[in-house]
Amino acid sequence: MRITQGTFSYLPDLTDEEITKQVEYCLANDWPLAVEFTDDPHPRNTYWEMWGLPMFDLRDAAGVLMEVNACRSAKPNTYIRLTAYDASLGRQTTALSFIVQRPAEEPGFRLDRQELSDRRIAYTTHAYATERPAGDRYPAP
Amino acid sequence: MSGAPFGFRPDQPEPDTDEEATEQLPADAVVDLAAARREAGIDEVLERLDTELVGLAPVKTRIAEIAALLLVDRMRERYGIAAPRPTLHMCFTGNPGTGKTTVALRMADLLHRLGYLRRGHLVSVTRDDLVGEYVGHTAPKTKDVIKRAMGGVLFIDEAYYLYKAENDRDYGSESIEILLQVMEAHRDDLVVVLAGYADKMDTFFAANPGMQSRIAHHITFPDYTVDELEEIAVLMTDGLHYRLSDEAREALRRYLDRRVGQPWFANARSVRNAVERARLRQARRLVEQDDPRVDLAALTTIEAPDLLASRVFREDAEPGATVRSA
Repeated sequence: MRITQGTFSYLPDLTDEEITKQVEYCLANDWPLAVEFTDDPHPRNTYWEMWGLPMFDLRDAAGVLMEVNACRSAKPNTYIRLTAYDASLGRQTTALSFIVQRPAEEPGFRLDRQELSDRRIAYTTHAYATERPAGDRYPAP
Repeated sequence: MSGAPFGFRPDQPEPDTDEEATEQLPADAVVDLAAARREAGIDEVLERLDTELVGLAPVKTRIAEIAALLLVDRMRERYGIAAPRPTLHMCFTGNPGTGKTTVALRMADLLHRLGYLRRGHLVSVTRDDLVGEYVGHTAPKTKDVIKRAMGGVLFIDEAYYLYKAENDRDYGSESIEILLQVMEAHRDDLVVVLAGYADKMDTFFAANPGMQSRIAHHITFPDYTVDELEEIAVLMTDGLHYRLSDEAREALRRYLDRRVGQPWFANARSVRNAVERARLRQARRLVEQDDPRVDLAALTTIEAPDLLASRVFREDAEPGATVRSA
């Protein structure tokens, strides 16, 4: 099951040229970018691990692509996303965030029902990927 | 920083993508190189280079050649001839104050106009910005600088400091290795310009043959002649809205004649310092004169005594003697 998270996630995966254009848009707006990765696909897992430091003072998308490619080769089978931060007063939050790599095979989620008192039911989504230990969740195809 | 609180602004113009939707020309078509030059604004840059920078004939020739090559390449592209882009990594060697940084800045602008660089900014760094303080610090630091320079020119001043021959544990060589890799792999993304004094750069290249071979353009900046220095001084005073009186011009000439032979002479930089000091003396002269009333001419004119008070004219300032602040 393809997870959908962040911007453009209902579109086919972005090519490098398309990523470059999005990065150029971010840089034109003065949003510094950061590369993040994770192997826990749960939608509530919002704090991904950061690849290096956020990239300030960049003028051109090639520098960002260089880091994305470095992260891709070091973490070939994880989710990688780019996050653009808008530091302007009144916003100061993530302005744009989109996935630039996903594992070859995404096993998806299972719905767990938990019976509580008074016939109430609590629901949990359980990612099959997390059944394996972290770092070993998406074996290379 | 954008003022609007939210990111989506439909009326915002798209960031320009420099995409030229030109179709391929047939083989018998004729293109006008002069028109293409005008369009790209090359003439303007070269002209500014000519008027604002005095002397430096070999440098200007080389820049004009590079500009011509890139223009011709662009025209060839329109006929569908695809040649790999030329490498434009450069090395500027020359004595202090010969205009290496200034030319690098112009080069960034020129290459941007010619469509070789996407942004055309200049990131000027020295050893401190590239080399880290402890193990593992150098690579991220160098990469960070490289990322900032992408799309523009990376100008490494005093590049020979990167390699310290006497210390083989120095982190400088790690930085050089990363630079070499990037100069090869990201040829299209940035231009690396190394600058330094000729003799020290020679030792640097002798120790790093890989660097030598990856740099296509070695440009030597000649020392200025006294005539050129005088012209520079006049341009500088003009820029500061001062005027040299005729006697001051003559004094300046004599000043430069003497200063050139003295130690720590740094070409245009020494001239700038001399002009600054003449300004100081002029201000003091005006404040201390008997008649406290001054007019515009007095405020903007540098007179001969302002220059003649310099230590360069003292008897003990023989050629070879130490002149720290002339």
